[in-house]
Amino acid sequence: MASNSSGSGSQGRAPQRLRIIAGHLQRPVDVDATVSAAECKAQGGEADVASDGKSVPKRRQEIMKWNGWGYSDTKFLFNKKGQAEFTGKRYKLSGMIIPALKEWMEGTFGTNMQHKSLATPALTRTAVQPPTLNEAFVEELKSTGVPFSHDAEDRVFRAHGHCLHEIFALREGKVGRVPDLVVWPNCHNDVVKIVELACKHNVCLIPYGGGTSVSSALECPQEETRSIVSVDTSQMNRILWIDEKNLTAHMEAGIVGQDLERLLNESGYCTGHEPDSMEFSSLGGWVATRASGMKKNIYGNIEDLVIHVKMVTPQGVVEKSCQGPRMSTGPDIHHFIMGSEGTLGVVTEVTMKIRPMPEYQKYGSVVFPNFEQGVACLREVARQRCAPASIRLMDNEQFKFGHALKPQVSSMFTSFLEGLKKFYITKFKGFDPDCLCVATLLFEGNREKVLQHEKQVYDIAAKFGGLAAGEDNGQRGYMLTFVIAYLRDLGMDYYVIGESFETSVPWDSVYYIFRVLDICRNVKARIIRECKDKGVQFQPFSTCRVTQTYDAGACVYFYFAFNYRGLSDPVHMFEEVEHAAREEILANGGSLSHHHGVGKLRKAWMRETVSDVGMGMLKSVKDYVDPNNIFGNGNLL
Amino acid sequence: MASSNAYAQRDPMLKKRDDFEDILEERRNSSDLRYALKCYTPALYKGVAPCKSSMLKSMVLQSDQLHYVIQQVSKETGRQTDNVQEEVSAILDEMAHSLQLSTVRFFAFTLSKIFKSLFKSIRVNEEGIQRLQQAIQDHPVVLLPSHRSYMDFLLMSYLLYTYDLTLPVIAAGMDFMGMKFVGEMFRMSGAFFIRRSFGGNKLYWAVFSEYVKTMLKNGFAPVEFFLEGTRSRTSKSLIPKLGLLNIVMDPFLKGEVFDVHVVPVSISYERILEETLYARELLGIPKPKESTSGLFKARKVLSEDYGSIHVYFGQPVSVRSLAEGRVNRCQFNLVPRHIPGRPDEDIHSFVNDSAYKLVRAQEDNMVLKPWVLLASLLLQKQAVGQEQGTALDELTAQAVWLRDLSRQYGAFLHWPDQMTPSEVVSSSLSLHRGLVRTCEGKVQLALEHEGGAVGPQSAAALEEKLLSQAVIVLSCASYRNQALHVFLRPALLASAIHAASSNQKQEVFNSFSFLRNMFSNEFILCPGATVQDFEEACYLLVKTGTLQVTQKEVLVNERGHRTLAFLVSMLDPFLQGYQVVCRFLCEEATETLTEKQFIPAIRKFIIKHLLAGRLRYAEVLSSDLQKNSLAAFLRLGAVEKIKGVDQETLKVNAAMVNSLEDTLGGKLPTQKAVVARL
Repeated sequence: MASNSSGSGSQGRAPQRLRIIAGHLQRPVDVDATVSAAECKAQGGEADVASDGKSVPKRRQEIMKWNGWGYSDTKFLFNKKGQAEFTGKRYKLSGMIIPALKEWMEGTFGTNMQHKSLATPALTRTAVQPPTLNEAFVEELKSTGVPFSHDAEDRVFRAHGHCLHEIFALREGKVGRVPDLVVWPNCHNDVVKIVELACKHNVCLIPYGGGTSVSSALECPQEETRSIVSVDTSQMNRILWIDEKNLTAHMEAGIVGQDLERLLNESGYCTGHEPDSMEFSSLGGWVATRASGMKKNIYGNIEDLVIHVKMVTPQGVVEKSCQGPRMSTGPDIHHFIMGSEGTLGVVTEVTMKIRPMPEYQKYGSVVFPNFEQGVACLREVARQRCAPASIRLMDNEQFKFGHALKPQVSSMFTSFLEGLKKFYITKFKGFDPDCLCVATLLFEGNREKVLQHEKQVYDIAAKFGGLAAGEDNGQRGYMLTFVIAYLRDLGMDYYVIGESFETSVPWDSVYYIFRVLDICRNVKARIIRECKDKGVQFQPFSTCRVTQTYDAGACVYFYFAFNYRGLSDPVHMFEEVEHAAREEILANGGSLSHHHGVGKLRKAWMRETVSDVGMGMLKSVKDYVDPNNIFGNGNLL
Repeated sequence: MASSNAYAQRDPMLKKRDDFEDILEERRNSSDLRYALKCYTPALYKGVAPCKSSMLKSMVLQSDQLHYVIQQVSKETGRQTDNVQEEVSAILDEMAHSLQLSTVRFFAFTLSKIFKSLFKSIRVNEEGIQRLQQAIQDHPVVLLPSHRSYMDFLLMSYLLYTYDLTLPVIAAGMDFMGMKFVGEMFRMSGAFFIRRSFGGNKLYWAVFSEYVKTMLKNGFAPVEFFLEGTRSRTSKSLIPKLGLLNIVMDPFLKGEVFDVHVVPVSISYERILEETLYARELLGIPKPKESTSGLFKARKVLSEDYGSIHVYFGQPVSVRSLAEGRVNRCQFNLVPRHIPGRPDEDIHSFVNDSAYKLVRAQEDNMVLKPWVLLASLLLQKQAVGQEQGTALDELTAQAVWLRDLSRQYGAFLHWPDQMTPSEVVSSSLSLHRGLVRTCEGKVQLALEHEGGAVGPQSAAALEEKLLSQAVIVLSCASYRNQALHVFLRPALLASAIHAASSNQKQEVFNSFSFLRNMFSNEFILCPGATVQDFEEACYLLVKTGTLQVTQKEVLVNERGHRTLAFLVSMLDPFLQGYQVVCRFLCEEATETLTEKQFIPAIRKFIIKHLLAGRLRYAEVLSSDLQKNSLAAFLRLGAVEKIKGVDQETLKVNAAMVNSLEDTLGGKLPTQKAVVARL
């Protein structure tokens, strides 16, 4: 079995993995002449561990797509031979041919290579409303020396997250309300100045971290008449100190995940916080949305990792006076900050737990005869509290999808092995290829423990009919996480629109039946039915995976996409289906969100989610902290 | 009517209904044995092969739900859990079906023979079968047939076998188990048995509901039960029972299945096998206990002609769409699903409303035979005392008039248009020759002539004669009742107009609302739909030219009197009946009257009134009407149950009963009387 073929050379795999994610990003960053950050940098003192190799320039559009996901040099396309190809050099899949993708797309969505729906190539500046500037504010801002811009491209880039409707509109060249000004504070004190000025001149501030929101959180409220200023924290990206005794590190909140991990790795540490968006999302964003990382089983979610937070609010700076690991001092004020979604202030600095880098890492995968067995296995793993760093279960549709993304195999031997494996599973073991599903695993720790842990998990899996299916499948599964986001842009070139959304739900075992299972089935069925009712001609792609396990439940991720050819208002229809799917999730005992947050997209359900009194509590905090609604992005409440 | 546009869409005339195919025709032309041994490969739920019935049992026994209740019972009673577990197994063994294809094949063979000798044809809407087949593959399915005869569930299984559909599992009353051999045969053909009453037995309820839900969730087979709970002895639909409907809706409400599809099935018999049996039972001659030997004795029924059967498989109803916007399913999120809980008020009212909707769907697709119209006419004539009977021509003419009227009201009337009306009438009369007599071209009910020349008879003899007449009248009434749902709302309106002291719309509405409320234990009237029913009745009567309804007034057209008179007479037996019950409660009810004594006592009272000629309708002797009226009075608070030392007694609020009686009799305007309190 592949699992026994000990992860030779896996010792170096953790850094290698990060190199895959981030390694190609070390390009020189433009140094804006107007940056007057000298004093700020001095603040960090000698412990200013690293500030080179920034991934995010001020002019993001220079390396990132303005109307799609990720880096400009990286995308899926169909080459002249009609084969799918992944361009660029950043990822393991980059530069490879993906032979099965075309057929999968045609089969799943009914797409046709002849029918394309290409995006507007470049932003038409005239489509962007001229900025409404608050002259007094701008004047005083100039005197602080904090760099800013009211260039149309800069403003448009910060007016959206990655919801389908946002990207769809950009592809059509449509631009709604955008921020009037973008500022790049360089440090905490810059933010303090900006917030003070905003209060003084009644300007609306919208904090902007990585821009990976999928909850309409970055959309400017239509009704906002004040000047809107986007506070881009990307230049506040330093690790200010590392405390090896307490295993903590203090960072500026604008640092993005890949930089944080890379820089900590250089000192032999990691945070272990790896949300799927970690290439682009920022520490401040994680705090503001209550993010969750893939490896939370070992390292915890953001609320477990944060030791100290500094946030600048209209009422002043809020922070705790010490870094005690736990306090009984009334309700934890961190919990007003975490999940505040930019409605209370700007998170500027965070102290986080760090861990020594794992000495050994190993991927794995298990094939189950069906999704039910897979869920039962995950539940048992959670019950025994032996979940590996990450354990994810893909349903059959997603398993097939993963297969469609396999790159061309170079050697005859590999393809022979693949064939043999397939034969073994489907013919010898009798798994139905239309039912089987796959769990992907990632183990971390010291070698001995990892191997022991691995055996424990595979033994449990065997009880539920699971067969170990090798490291490669597991690794590919995780690699795809980063690549999959690029795929939506390809789909949109061919009339396919889609989105992912998530929830958390109790296990709730009923004999063989779990609420987790029920919610998966019901939500998928609801999506299919809604699409049918609304006249979508092709059956939608509706699939799910269980991405996290907890003692009391699991996190479930849904993907939903369909071919919209022939529909007059696909985005509206899409939103209706998404709405129905969320209703279904709630009716089945799922939560409004596990880690994406509420934003404006899911605001309508907040009251029923937290009760009237709960709403009142949140509102009263907002009213005290920000009585003039300076942080007026309109999220959450 | 301002809103008449909205009604145009639900004009009953425009209801689209499927055509029927006779399934006996093929049986008559090919081998029954080959049919019984045919290859049977039904399409399955999601294509998954169902588990064995033994597997099903163990799934039930291992369920968290049952474990929970077992623990609970053991804690409460101090019994060992093993001991309780054993009881659970015993209950399950007593309950569970053990569906076997061989038994089904045996039934397929025997029933073919029996059906062919009893019935001219068994007609089924095949489009309905196709819809059902699709539903079975996509969703867990619940079959809800109407219940007029023991035949119903055998017939259902027979049909599903014929059309190669998954055989249903059927909730049957425990009384069948009395017939040792036959009970087991039924079990092997898919029946599972439930005790008639297990009110407080938590354990029994848990086993029962878990058993049903497990079958449903796993798509083992369509679950079939009778929404009316028992066979209707009167051919009126009975007020739906909610227990099982609650159970089958639960998996959807708790999100355990995406949807459940409920299929109402209307089975209409041209002649009911149990015809006189029912009449006797209603008159208080106790029903024979089900026994195998009794069944053999009953085989003489095999030699008679029972006409045809129509089975209409209705449109599958999605529970999900029923619940859309009605039920907030989030309420189930805060308690683990294996902990049983009483349904909330809003769930209860949702299930109740759904149940009424489904019974009405059954009613809607009931096929009416011309005889039903004839029975209605003949009963009305008999009541006004036409001793000589009606001339055949006249009856035919009236039947044609009623045919057209009922069609306008949306009746699913099966009137053979290729025959002349008089042929239709005479063939109907001949099929029911036990109930009607044609003498010198005059038609009347087959009652023995009253008041013979022999002189005074003994009281006992008179009573016996009355009862034997009542058997005929009640049998006839059961046919008339088949058409009641068609005329019910217009008839309530007609009676309301009749009773109201003026033409004021408001007053007519009050009167309508009073009557509707009064009779809501008697007929299927959806709770809370008074206004809709009133508007529907107005719409129908306006459309047929009977009434003019303005903003303020309800006016009767010149040519509308005939219709109105007919409709009033339709409801009159019930009105009179309820009044007699009122009088009884005022005059004869003693302090010590119990619910048990109520029926015999009131029966005696009514016989007295009938013999004295103070009451025209022998059908008031029906215990069904008496029970329903008592239930209505209890509901309205005119009668109360008082917990006594050893039994419950009925306490009558004489003033209220009096006023109800006067209002029913049109002596009191509704507004001033009890309506305010209703």
